[in-house]
Amino acid sequence: MSKKHLEISQVSIEFPTPSGPFKALDGVNLSIKEGEFVSLIGHSGCGKSTVLNIVAGLYKATTGGVILDGKEVNEPGPDRAVVFQNHSLLPWLTAYENIELAVKQVFKGKKSKEEMKEWIEHNLNLVHMDHAMHKRPSEISGGMKQRVGIARALAMEPKVLLMDEPFGALDALTRAHMQDSLIEIQQRLNNTVIMITHDVDEAVLLSDRIVMMTNGPAATIGEILEVDLPKPRNRVTLANDSQYNEYRAAVLKFLYERQRNPEEKVA
Amino acid sequence: MNARVMSMIESKFMTKLLSLSKPEKINWDGFFKKTVNKVGVPLMAIGIFLAIWGAVASQIQTSLGQVPGPTKVWEQTVALYEEHKVERTKEAAFYERQEKRNVAKLAANPEATIKVRAYTGKATFFDQILTSIITVMTGFIIASLIAIPVGIICGLSPTVYNALNPLIQTFKPVSPLAWLPIVTIIVSAVYITDDPMFSKSFVNSAITVTLCSLWPTIINTTVGVSSMDKDLLNVSRVLRLSWFTHITKIVLPSSVPMMFAGLRVSFGIGWMVLIAAEMLAQNPGLGKFVWDEFQNGSSDSLARIMVAVVTIGLIGYVLDQFMLMLQRSVSWDKSAVLR
Ligand SMILES: Nc1ncnc2c1ncn2[C@@H]1O[C@H](COP(=O)(O)OP(=O)(O)OP(=O)(O)O)[C@@H](O)[C@H]1O
Ligand SMILES: [Mg+2]
Repeated sequence: MSKKHLEISQVSIEFPTPSGPFKALDGVNLSIKEGEFVSLIGHSGCGKSTVLNIVAGLYKATTGGVILDGKEVNEPGPDRAVVFQNHSLLPWLTAYENIELAVKQVFKGKKSKEEMKEWIEHNLNLVHMDHAMHKRPSEISGGMKQRVGIARALAMEPKVLLMDEPFGALDALTRAHMQDSLIEIQQRLNNTVIMITHDVDEAVLLSDRIVMMTNGPAATIGEILEVDLPKPRNRVTLANDSQYNEYRAAVLKFLYERQRNPEEKVA
Repeated sequence: MNARVMSMIESKFMTKLLSLSKPEKINWDGFFKKTVNKVGVPLMAIGIFLAIWGAVASQIQTSLGQVPGPTKVWEQTVALYEEHKVERTKEAAFYERQEKRNVAKLAANPEATIKVRAYTGKATFFDQILTSIITVMTGFIIASLIAIPVGIICGLSPTVYNALNPLIQTFKPVSPLAWLPIVTIIVSAVYITDDPMFSKSFVNSAITVTLCSLWPTIINTTVGVSSMDKDLLNVSRVLRLSWFTHITKIVLPSSVPMMFAGLRVSFGIGWMVLIAAEMLAQNPGLGKFVWDEFQNGSSDSLARIMVAVVTIGLIGYVLDQFMLMLQRSVSWDKSAVLR
């Protein structure tokens, strides 16, 4: 559990823009243990997605790099499955076929046809989507799409699960339900997870550590908060837990006192 | 008193109507409205159009007599159909005679070499329709087979796009009438066989259709592929899909709607171009029919050309509807309204 698993070291990135290079991240350092659940929180536009995309291999850091299990990350791959902000299911495939595409790619030659079918259905079961597996994305609700997206990522048995505001587009009730499912799944599978969120409660409820980012440009990690609450956590009992509320307050304080929303500053 | 009875009847009628329009029963009211909208209104518009056509036509005198109205054109349609039937009977009779002669010959001398000749009667209006459809299909299919791959490559590679775009934009606006002489000369130089499977006029017309109907498909496919959702591209990258799977599972399906929009435009252009090409290339299709009637200059010619015009329009319409059906069946976005 304590060996070095995922290592983000001295990551900086510059995007070329018409008005010269734009430094989005500057010197991001983070070490994540296997099975750890880490949340990234910060104001909009600070560079959370950029960090995630660099870990995924979709962006290349200008300096520094990411090492996963002793190997440098330099291209995207199914060992770092991504749950995208807007589900990103292929609209012409059913829920089942969407997962099938990923499963076929990862388990080609390792699982038989029968086993693959079982595995796909197992993962749909995990997110409680087995009843709608032959529906296309346009025929299911936003929450259901997001669940299929999560099932697709889980089905790839990734070393690291990367989630970019997976529940951002959902209503409060569905969101709570999805968080509970995620707690349950993570408990069972013990994946390493990096999740971006805007929601302080969500961050405290789910994470082992909350990584708080400073505002851009040249954003970096401002503070890291260890959330030392026993798992599995229950949102109802936690609501009155003083420890829980202290963690919440700490995050809020960071976000709204130390790192004011850049838009507020302008106003 | 009278008014009261009326209003009583009216209210009874209304309650009946209301009870009819309850959701569990058939909504006759809605059904009626829909029928009127879908069938009645277009029929009325066509009726008005015919009336105006008839009225205007009767006012104009030409060197070939009065401009034909709808009635005259309908008469010619019937006449063309009769000619077609007569021609078919003649053909059947010809083959029967030939068959009889050959049988008789064989009976007299079993060693005799018998000849089977094809009937070479004059092509009827309906034969010409068929020729036109076959020609346009040939040209269009060749164009699509070239345009779709080219469009996909242009959409995937900005370098290829930058290389080809000036050429595409230059050739796109060229009129079929400008292509045809070049095509004709090149075909007669290159396409030399003793026993040609296709007549030169057919090849010329089909190639001209190809040249003109390439462009919309190329451009739309390019746009469809290059404007693909970036997130879906990322999905493909994360999954490390092979080049082939990437194309077949991600690129093609996502560009299919744009591709088909392009194919439909291409097909429409191809059909328009074909008529012009057939006129000049003397391909025995609808274009040649129009040209021959124009040269003929009889009192019926104008009406016959008008029959051709309406036919060309209707066939274009039907073929476009067919493409639309195809587009609907391959389009994954069932909520999109395709027209
Ligand atoms: N491809 C790119 N080219 C240029 N600039 C970029 C690019 N991607 C991101 N940026 C810039 O980098 C900064 C960080 O963007 P990023 O998308 O990581 O923010 P974020 O924290 O995920 O925001 P949000 O919470 O709104 O999703 C922004 O200022 C953005 O404009
Ligand atoms: Mg983001």
